[in-house]
Amino acid sequence: MGAEHSHALFHHGHSPVHHLPAHTKLVGTLVFVAAVAVTPRQELWAFAVYAAVAVFAMAVARLPVRFVARRALLVLPFLGVAALVPFIGGGETTDVMGLALSTEGLWAASGIVCKALLGTAASIVLAGTTEQADLVRGLARLRVPPLLVMITATMLRYLETVAGELRRARTAMQSRGHNPRWLWQATPLANSAGATFVRSYERGERVHHAMAARGFTGTPPDLNPQPAAGRHWIRAIALPGITVAVAIAALAS
Amino acid sequence: MTSSAHELAIDVRDLEHGYPDGSSALDGLSLQVRPGERVALLGPNGAGKTTLALHLNGILLAQHGSVTIDGLPVVEPNLAEVRRRLQLVFAKADDQLFMPTVRDDVAFGPANHGMRGADLDAAVDGALAAAGAAALAKRAPHHLSTGEKRRAALATVLAMNPGTLVLDEPTAGLDPAGRNELVALLKTLPQTLVVITHDIPFALQLCHRSVIIDEGRSWADAPTADLLADRATLGRHRLALPFGFDPNVLAQATSIDRSR
Repeated sequence: MGAEHSHALFHHGHSPVHHLPAHTKLVGTLVFVAAVAVTPRQELWAFAVYAAVAVFAMAVARLPVRFVARRALLVLPFLGVAALVPFIGGGETTDVMGLALSTEGLWAASGIVCKALLGTAASIVLAGTTEQADLVRGLARLRVPPLLVMITATMLRYLETVAGELRRARTAMQSRGHNPRWLWQATPLANSAGATFVRSYERGERVHHAMAARGFTGTPPDLNPQPAAGRHWIRAIALPGITVAVAIAALAS
Repeated sequence: MTSSAHELAIDVRDLEHGYPDGSSALDGLSLQVRPGERVALLGPNGAGKTTLALHLNGILLAQHGSVTIDGLPVVEPNLAEVRRRLQLVFAKADDQLFMPTVRDDVAFGPANHGMRGADLDAAVDGALAAAGAAALAKRAPHHLSTGEKRRAALATVLAMNPGTLVLDEPTAGLDPAGRNELVALLKTLPQTLVVITHDIPFALQLCHRSVIIDEGRSWADAPTADLLADRATLGRHRLALPFGFDPNVLAQATSIDRSR
């Protein structure tokens, strides 16, 4: 399969992580994120171990540093919010470079930053090594209700189509001299987003017609997901397993 | 021609359809198609051609008049069977390809009808091959070109093994080479074909018979070559021949298959 088959979050490769069945990776990611989420924010050593695990997973998956860095930019807005917390938090204060910041707020901020970065790292590894279609199959394999799987699949399928429509509308605006720089110039863009929404709704009806025409009565057919051998499970769960052990140790200490 | 109803692949009589805003899309339309025929429905934009197609497999139900497929009335209890017998290829292939991969999409129809395992694989492979789309099986629909999408969409309906295929604007957006490939492909299909188009050369290449539809009614029903020679009738229904196109010359060309 060539790169043109894949989605923007996917990095084409043949690493051991790429070859794991999608549903084992989904469970692995979920376990990792859960372990990170329940770890008390004071246990910085635990987060250091998690970070090492995440970096190791990226190395095994042979994800390029630039690819990871670009995808990780997504987390910036959350970091921005986290940076505000020490300023608005109350209670005892700690001096940081001459500023009296809330101690509680600093801990909260570091917790948000650590957990957001680690969660993002895990999803970058998952999305970077798994084709969209396989992710959807993985959900089906994990017995996620077929209707939810189908809604997810349809959303992923049409996301790019709709985004493409919006992009073309914007290009058409720019080619007729509209080049918005300020918020109050966004009206045409908002209008075209509204029009795209209505068009998508109408497309939804047509897609439903096409489904009905091929015998769809509300129960999606089985997508025939690939089965996983025991060794796949062991590989997929090994790293998240470490994080679970660390999380338990951190909770106990 | 007189033939009893059950001999017709498609039998539409006095079909009327009004949209909720009061506009009338179909106004007493009748159309008969025999099994194995290839028929072109010609007409300007907004003539009611697509509305007619949506009635043929029961996505829209007759408000007045009747639609019968292989002798089976298109009414609620028969919809599953009607849709097994007649399949639509929609004008926008993006609406027809909704699954993550082309292969999943082709499998969708037969799987809905209970096909599983090796039977399903065989049906999918057969349909992909018949539509010239075998190489597309693992691709995601939104990464296909217009021509590839068209072939993938054709495979999804062929997998249903229908007796009749209705294609809505199958040549829209295709380059000339892709158009010719589509004609060649469609000529290999054993199905009864109804092709909605305003691509007149395409109609002449593929269909012996053409029907002009305008303002929700059928106005002319004749061999395609004869109909195209009648410029007055074509002009009345906004059907313009492409520049430099002379049907009289073309009809004599041996390359045109007039057998069906």
